[in-house]
Amino acid sequence: MGIIYLLIVISVCMALLFLGAFIWAVKTGQFDDSYSPAVRMLMDDTPSTVEEKPTVGDKNIKE
Amino acid sequence: MKCFHCGDECKTEIISFQEKSFCCIGCKTVYEILHDNKLDTYYSLEDNPGYKIGKIQRKDQYDFLDNEEIKQRYLLFDDGNISKISFSIPQIHCSSCIWLLENLNRLSNGVILSVVNFPKRRADITFDNTILTLREVAELLSTIGYDPDLSASEKTESAKVKDRTLTYKIGVAGFCFGNIMLLSFPEYFGMDENFSGFKKFFGYASLVLSLPIFFYSGSDYIKSAFKGIQQRFINIDIPIALGMFTLFFRSIYEVLTSTGAGYFDSLSGLVFFLLLGKWFQQKTYDALSFDRDYKSYFPIAVNKIVEDERIPTNLDSLEIGDQIELRNQELIPSDSILMDGKAFIDYSFITGESEPIRKQLGDKLYAGGRQMGAKIKIELIKEVNNSYLTQLWNQEVFQKDDHIQDLNSIVNRISKHFTLVILLITALTGIYWWMIDPTMIWTSVTAVLIVACPCALALAVPFTFGNMTRVMGRMGLYLKNVKVIENMAEITDVVLDKTGTITNSDTMQLTYHGKELTETQKDHLHSLASNSTHPLSIAICHYLNRTANEKIDKFNEEAGLGISGLIQKKKYILGSLYFIQKSTTHKPNSEPEGSVVHASVDDYYLGYFHLQQQYRPGLLKVIKGLKRSHKIHLISGDNDSQKMLLKEEFGMENLHFNQSPMDKLSYIHKMQKAGKTVLMLGDGLNDAGALKQSNVGIAVSDNIHQFSPSCDAILDAKQFERMSDFIALSKKSIQIIHVSFVISFLYNLIGIGFAVTGRLSPVIAAILMPVSSISVVAFTTFFTNLLYRKKVK
Repeated sequence: MGIIYLLIVISVCMALLFLGAFIWAVKTGQFDDSYSPAVRMLMDDTPSTVEEKPTVGDKNIKE
Repeated sequence: MKCFHCGDECKTEIISFQEKSFCCIGCKTVYEILHDNKLDTYYSLEDNPGYKIGKIQRKDQYDFLDNEEIKQRYLLFDDGNISKISFSIPQIHCSSCIWLLENLNRLSNGVILSVVNFPKRRADITFDNTILTLREVAELLSTIGYDPDLSASEKTESAKVKDRTLTYKIGVAGFCFGNIMLLSFPEYFGMDENFSGFKKFFGYASLVLSLPIFFYSGSDYIKSAFKGIQQRFINIDIPIALGMFTLFFRSIYEVLTSTGAGYFDSLSGLVFFLLLGKWFQQKTYDALSFDRDYKSYFPIAVNKIVEDERIPTNLDSLEIGDQIELRNQELIPSDSILMDGKAFIDYSFITGESEPIRKQLGDKLYAGGRQMGAKIKIELIKEVNNSYLTQLWNQEVFQKDDHIQDLNSIVNRISKHFTLVILLITALTGIYWWMIDPTMIWTSVTAVLIVACPCALALAVPFTFGNMTRVMGRMGLYLKNVKVIENMAEITDVVLDKTGTITNSDTMQLTYHGKELTETQKDHLHSLASNSTHPLSIAICHYLNRTANEKIDKFNEEAGLGISGLIQKKKYILGSLYFIQKSTTHKPNSEPEGSVVHASVDDYYLGYFHLQQQYRPGLLKVIKGLKRSHKIHLISGDNDSQKMLLKEEFGMENLHFNQSPMDKLSYIHKMQKAGKTVLMLGDGLNDAGALKQSNVGIAVSDNIHQFSPSCDAILDAKQFERMSDFIALSKKSIQIIHVSFVISFLYNLIGIGFAVTGRLSPVIAAILMPVSSISVVAFTTFFTNLLYRKKVK
């Protein structure tokens, strides 16, 4: 039954890892915005219609 | 017909473009830009995602962002190549907004990265400043309908490091709690003799795991209890800390002497649940600001005129004697004198006066007024920080510190009695066992202290108030913190402001009374009125809604009186009673209240236009609801032209007109001295002092993201009719708390029953504590939600 000592030490170490991951996640601000990441992941990364950078619109804006 | 861009009803005009309809030229332009840049995804993510643009904005409105000094107030990072800014953009409201703002680089290749923070309504934009200037970034956002709120975009001194300590503490407590529970299970189910070695190991492991709970996660309760003792004041944290101490040290003793398993599971559970309650109570509205002062209402910069050149200048660097130019809709930054141009100043936000005032050259203009109409030139006679308006902020109320421990809150009132009762029971238990069996004193006395720990009591308040804050938020009242609910429940008097609070600031209703106008007369009156920039003339133009623009001879405008002119050889007059009596023989019978413009043609009296303020829908219902249990007062900065009307409709005795911001403040102060607790409903800067002074200050706002004076809560004006519901809800919350106190007392009684008889085992403690907490939390959550459902129906 001595194995239980080892198992408990391992399980607490695992839990410590998770605690560390949680603190890291909080520190890097991952819980600050709970809405936009959920939406962001559904959006397409690559423009679906564009092959080249349009120039007409750019002009419009910079004027 | 709905606008393809913003989804508004197309009322006045419909602009068709590529088989789509738009309500205004602004919306169409945004569509064109996005379409040309192949950003149509914006419209496919959500239906009509845009923000109504109206007319196209002035080109030069962000020119001041080229000023180096002003620029530095915004840029978070700037190394000559790359700059970073965090813009506050209140218009962000849906996934399309996020998508578009994060694809800004497709509109301009100067944008390197833009990331939206949705709850804060902010966009962090990194841009290449060799391609784009800060001004151009702001203009880019403006062209697609996301004008940044610049006063909220400034970087703050403290750099706003969000306080995450509580989250860390919860994380650590959760970790320790979970592991200690795991280690306690063998004890719950009973271990036989063979496992005594494990027993010791589990005990020591729990002890080690409880150290962070006691010294880190739960340290605030112990600190607060010591503070309370120092101030000779019994707060809720004293019995909690007492329980924690007893749990901790008795458990250490038991483990070290191998006399028992200890109560580390109860200790860690207690701290974990208490912290969760604290976290739940901290519902904050990141996107709203409750602490704004006049500075965020003012412009960032103004155009100073130096030798006929306009230089955008920081407000802080303005001096007495500087001449500045103000355009339509711009604010007067400090008390000044009108030098040039036609000034119509709208003081409604500052003084509560409902109509713009015409000013003559050389007249004194007060800070905070808004110019309506053409450009004017003014000369400052006071520094920005010293104007008539800003004096209000030098008052004592604004220096007050909010963070004084509240002696009178409901928890602390109860805990005072609670703690005394607990100490009494503990003492009696001690005496009883001293007489019967002195070896049991230690066990039973500590057991009483452990089980009496008021965790259910301490959870009832944060969960009730936390949930109520969310409920009210869903209904349109956004609270600064949970304390407001408690204060609101104790209100005896309600003070209302008039302009903008009980009246709708945007819509003025114009009606025409008199002889029916022919089509030609309408055309002619429209032509006449369109020649004047007076707000009443503009309102008449809107009302008549013609396109005609006839040639006018001998146009004459007399300030404050009226206008006249010859159209097709007929003399038309629009103006006040006095002005019209001067030139016609017909006299109107009576003069109604409010703003009236009489009209006549060729000595023939036609009738009058009547401009009335519109009261908010549901006002009568609110007054009725409030009158049942509160006294209602009205203090207005406006004149008393509506007095009779208000008296009739609301039957209020406490009507006060022509009140200055200072008068309002002292009026509330006087009532408080007479022992009243006051709720103030206001909207403008003129109410800022009164809102701050009152026990609960609520700002009514048509757009909750726009400027509102500092207050305890922001009420969405669309939900104004629910005002009496909110007060009723806050009273109900107090009742819920009282009932849940009773429930938690019952649990305590059961626990004390075990404790005084010396039979409190760790298992019973570990079961009783969470069960009582969870049932109280479930009870409060259930009833607050039930109340919400009832009110919404």
